[in-house]
Amino acid sequence: MKVELLFWRGCPSHPEALEILRAVLDERRPRLPVELVEVETQDDAVRLAFPGSPTIRVDGRDVDDAGASGPPSLTCRVYRLPDGRPSPVPAREQIEEALA
Amino acid sequence: MTLAARAVAPDFALSGVDGSTHSLADYADADVLVLVQSCNHCPYVLAWEDRLNAIQREYADRGVAIVAVCSNDATTHPGDSFENMVEHAREKDYAIDYLHDEDQSLARALGSERTPEVFVFDGERRLRYHGAVDDDRDEHAVATHFLRDALDAVLAGGEPEVTDTPAVGCTVKWREG
Repeated sequence: MKVELLFWRGCPSHPEALEILRAVLDERRPRLPVELVEVETQDDAVRLAFPGSPTIRVDGRDVDDAGASGPPSLTCRVYRLPDGRPSPVPAREQIEEALA
Repeated sequence: MTLAARAVAPDFALSGVDGSTHSLADYADADVLVLVQSCNHCPYVLAWEDRLNAIQREYADRGVAIVAVCSNDATTHPGDSFENMVEHAREKDYAIDYLHDEDQSLARALGSERTPEVFVFDGERRLRYHGAVDDDRDEHAVATHFLRDALDAVLAGGEPEVTDTPAVGCTVKWREG
């Protein structure tokens, strides 16, 4: 299983996303590494089909289907928590589901 | 560079989502003017904007005017176009004015870096607080209400205990060149 976290430094949310991701991995797949991919340019965003920061993929599949197909962009990504509130990071449940 | 403490508010004349042009002088009756660097697309703005709306409704009778300003380059972030600002303000039932800083002159004058980023000006339009709305994106986890505390202090004629905090949010999307 391959876990990637793609991020853009212009958005401050990736450390929090990485913290959530690592907490879930510690519980479920403790030896699985996280590949960090920095997206620096719009060309990078297009090449990587990066819809915003942060983006977490498990075996190439986005943990949030709803936002995965957004236009490639150097921007902060909007997630929705289970209660409907907007969030700059995915819900823990989304990551757990993707790793199941 | 961000506007210095006690610096005077920059003048502006910007189109609002209400179809009118709004200038600094139009808010002369407000005892406190709060400018908020904002936008439509940023998840941090989305997380905090309901609180700003609530603060405006709560403090309107005490002479506080909150004005959100979107300066983002809509060519790279079309979600922040003026048309989408109008739609966003309608959807969110904004109690605050929402102005379009298309040439980014107000953002530059304020030295804004993030959305949302708050600038509180007193009756003489001097900067008394700059930074975050409060200390947590999750409204259920907020411990310190920076903006409310600053408003209460300035309205009472005093000095906010905290005058500057780091704004947490998306970067302002500057035009190239």
